[in-house]
Amino acid sequence: MNDTRNSASTQVRLTNTLAGLPWWLLIVTLAGLFMIYSFYTDKTYNSIFGFLKAGLIVTMRVTFISYAIAITLGLLTGLGRVSKNPIIYNVATLYVQVMRGLPILVTILYVSFVITPWLMAQINWVGVSLANINLLSPDNVLAKLGDRSAGLNVDFEVRAIAALSISYGAFSAEIFRAGIESIGRGQMEAARSLGMNYFQAMRHVILPQAIRRVLPPLGNDFIAMLKESSLVSVLGVQDITQLGRLYSASSFEYLKTYNMVALMYLIMTVILSLGVKITEKRLSTDGF
Amino acid sequence: MAFNIDNKDDKKESIIIIKNLDKHFGRVKAVNNVSLEIKTGQVVVIIGPSGSGKSTLLRCINYLETPSGGDIWVDGIHLTRKSKDINTVRREVGMVFQQFNLFPHLTVLENIILAQTVVRQRSQNEAVEMARKQLARVGIPEKANVYPEQLSGGQQQRVAIARALAMNPKVMLFDEPTSALDPEMIKEVLEVMLNLAKEGMTMVVVTHEMGFAKNAADRIIFMDGGSVIEDTIPSELFTDPKHSRTKMFLSKIL
Ligand SMILES: Nc1ncnc2c1ncn2[C@@H]1O[C@H](COP(=O)(O)OP(=O)(O)OP(=O)(O)O)[C@@H](O)[C@H]1O
Ligand SMILES: [Mg+2]
Repeated sequence: MNDTRNSASTQVRLTNTLAGLPWWLLIVTLAGLFMIYSFYTDKTYNSIFGFLKAGLIVTMRVTFISYAIAITLGLLTGLGRVSKNPIIYNVATLYVQVMRGLPILVTILYVSFVITPWLMAQINWVGVSLANINLLSPDNVLAKLGDRSAGLNVDFEVRAIAALSISYGAFSAEIFRAGIESIGRGQMEAARSLGMNYFQAMRHVILPQAIRRVLPPLGNDFIAMLKESSLVSVLGVQDITQLGRLYSASSFEYLKTYNMVALMYLIMTVILSLGVKITEKRLSTDGF
Repeated sequence: MAFNIDNKDDKKESIIIIKNLDKHFGRVKAVNNVSLEIKTGQVVVIIGPSGSGKSTLLRCINYLETPSGGDIWVDGIHLTRKSKDINTVRREVGMVFQQFNLFPHLTVLENIILAQTVVRQRSQNEAVEMARKQLARVGIPEKANVYPEQLSGGQQQRVAIARALAMNPKVMLFDEPTSALDPEMIKEVLEVMLNLAKEGMTMVVVTHEMGFAKNAADRIIFMDGGSVIEDTIPSELFTDPKHSRTKMFLSKIL
């Protein structure tokens, strides 16, 4: 009787242990290893990888630069969202609500084909006006902006980075806001009662605590941005996705090309999300 | 140490002057037309039932709450909405909270150094020296390098007192400093406060510790419904309360 109970509970424990293992990670790793093996043995994979390598660099560049701008923008906007100044609060909120209400693809198209040309036209106008009153030569840089033959057009990668930055600036602003609001009111009061002004209290007391709490969600944002950066391929920016499209369209190797494209993204995102998990664990054992 | 607060011959000047102070939260009159003068070196204890406006009154003195009406002078500075004056006054007024409010991401020493360097612009060395001095004063010099979460409640509150003292305040405000503490830790905090009182610190203390009021207070104020009901010396309040509301309150807590 006791024996059967024991063996039953052992079995349950074993099942639980087995169920608790990160099988998904094992499957991803095996798939990855299998594909890496085929890259070495399969000539097609090999040449696809050679072609997509340049795109990997573009994807990483777009992601890193956009992310750096986005969290800077997000921190400032987040501070605006908790500000008691009604003008600052409303400007920050307007920005966040508008950007969160737009599909990122629409933002990318809008920034690239509406805002950038408009800005360029304004700058051109200033340049032409200055030339007309003889302050600058007729072929000054401002007046020539947008002139493709002079190489002064705003690159589409730059437009893509601008669009991703302002989109994700709004998302991370909400993360920063939540982080700041999660710090108890007493912390600000204690800092202020010691004579610190609002900015000193933010900088030395509130933000150091808030930033620790927002590290995991900010990390998830980075992963989301890495994936979403594939949308810039609609602008012709030659990232992994765009190069994959070009290669498959000319070679008709759809299966192998998109296998490769998918795997390249997966390897990056899985590694990053493990990193986020580890950070999360570290922070939760730290206590506050 | 009985003395008459209305005594015209009293040479000591008032470090805190409150005139017709009002503080409303919506329709709640948390503080209702309170006028008070507190002289340098006085220890004033404020008592009263929950919700009577004790904390609000205290928090108006360093403008953690913005008054709805009336005037406050601290050390000769008229407190207005101007943030420059507010920050100047806060530098001179230390505050100790019920929940300690230590900065959890900083060590005990760093907690005490921060405002000294940022606000008082002291050098690191000066600030460290001052921090160690204050830690010794509250009796836990050995805890300089631990984080607040590693301390007992009583120790945390003593660090909070040291942190406020390191700014060389002219007045110390205490809002129920022992209410969040286990009984065995109350004594160690009260002892620190008693010593401060003996050293001549001007103190305004909201507390339910009647022992402290009897031993340390020059003056005791009973508040109810946002108003000062009675303002007298402790022995008189405990033995011969004038108002029925004071009597009722004392009968409940003594
Ligand atoms: N931030 C606030 N918003 C709205 N109402 C408030 C706020 N702070 C205090 N009050 C109200 O003002 C009144 C006085 O509160 P206060 O905290 O000053 O009382 P207290 O005497 O300190 O009470 P306790 O002994 O419970 O601490 C109460 O009715 C309270 O509900
Ligand atoms: Mg209170």
